[in-house]
Amino acid sequence: MKIIQTFTKGIVKENPVLRLVLGTCPTLAVTTMASNAIGMGAAATLVLLCSNIAISALRKVIPDKVRIPAYITIIAGFVTMVQMLVKAFAPAINDSLGIFLPLIVVNCIILGRAEMFASKNSVVPSIFDALGMGVGFTATLLCMGTIREILGNGTWFGLPITQGVIPPMLIMILPPGGFFVFGILMALANKLSGDGKKAELGCAGCPMAASCGSANLGECSSEKKAQTEEETKAEAVAAVSEGGDK
Amino acid sequence: MAAIITIFIAAILTDNFVLSKFLGICPFLGVSKKLNTAVGMSAAVIFVMLLATAVTYPIQVHILDVYDLGYLQTIVFILVIAALVQLVEIVLKKYIPSLYKSLGIYLPLITTNCAVLGVTLLNFTKTVDGRGLTYIEALVNSLGAGLGFMLAMVIFAGVRSRVEQSDAPEALKGLPITLIAASIVSVGFLGFAGLGA
Repeated sequence: MKIIQTFTKGIVKENPVLRLVLGTCPTLAVTTMASNAIGMGAAATLVLLCSNIAISALRKVIPDKVRIPAYITIIAGFVTMVQMLVKAFAPAINDSLGIFLPLIVVNCIILGRAEMFASKNSVVPSIFDALGMGVGFTATLLCMGTIREILGNGTWFGLPITQGVIPPMLIMILPPGGFFVFGILMALANKLSGDGKKAELGCAGCPMAASCGSANLGECSSEKKAQTEEETKAEAVAAVSEGGDK
Repeated sequence: MAAIITIFIAAILTDNFVLSKFLGICPFLGVSKKLNTAVGMSAAVIFVMLLATAVTYPIQVHILDVYDLGYLQTIVFILVIAALVQLVEIVLKKYIPSLYKSLGIYLPLITTNCAVLGVTLLNFTKTVDGRGLTYIEALVNSLGAGLGFMLAMVIFAGVRSRVEQSDAPEALKGLPITLIAASIVSVGFLGFAGLGA
């Protein structure tokens, strides 16, 4: 039962992209086409699965002090393997993902899961965690890729869908469309999750939080937000009254 | 000379790292709440980008290419960058504590910043006049990329201070409205696309 929960939490409740706000760069960059989204999702899931297995198996061997460099080395090794596999068997995907394929190394989802889950759990739960997070990541990418490709190009996986009915809106496959669709999807996820918890770019999901001076100062943490909310309100009131004076 | 200027302008405006290449989105969204933190983070990124390029370019040209080890690029680059960032942090902490206080706190975040690894990889895929970048051009490209990152951060910190006070619908409050604001700033940068031609 617990294993199933470990798997499903990554898909909805702790969706890495829409709820934990991890891996934003590839999410925005590769979702111009649904096929790219699938390629990126599959590559990242494979790396995540392998790195979670390796790290959870080695969790008692890796000294705590050098764990982050050790994780990065393990992840980089698997990324190199995936890069070679993709180059050999799916050269088209390799060309369209370009630099974002090697950049899986610095994808926060993978290092984040290593730090949060694989380093504390045994191999089997780590496999399910990786699969759940991977499916959640891929599903979100596919969703964004579908919206952007249909609206921006009138096609889906290259097949014509709305051509001749709705003129393609090029801006959807340009960078602004990426930010816009991501914002709208996140708002939807906030609304539908219903638990009142907002997606927040917090230190909770950040693998570097332990060593980050910025986190200690509360610069990007969500806990600090509650404190400063009143300040922000006071500032807003001040700004409004200032505007009134003018 | 003309090539260097073209590379510099392109890296800052037309190929802006954040707003058109989608690299370094995490710090762009996470650290842009206040202007001074945005500037501090960007300065640290510029510094590390330059340093990373200065080190990784010779490694690629004189070691990996010579011994046909191109497939090790990703793993070598990320380890070099991680070690470099760690080294810079230790040196700053020991010798220039004032600089460490303002820039050093962002350094651990930069190890996993895809903009830094991104620029070192892009130095070898980018072409100018049909050839690869020289060492000097690669450094200029990194400087431009870093300055472009800073430009986007500073502009967005300004936009964001207004957005935070706006009365957005409940579900859009927080990150969603920030992303939509980023989308509009990004439309502005689309206007520079013609410069490249």
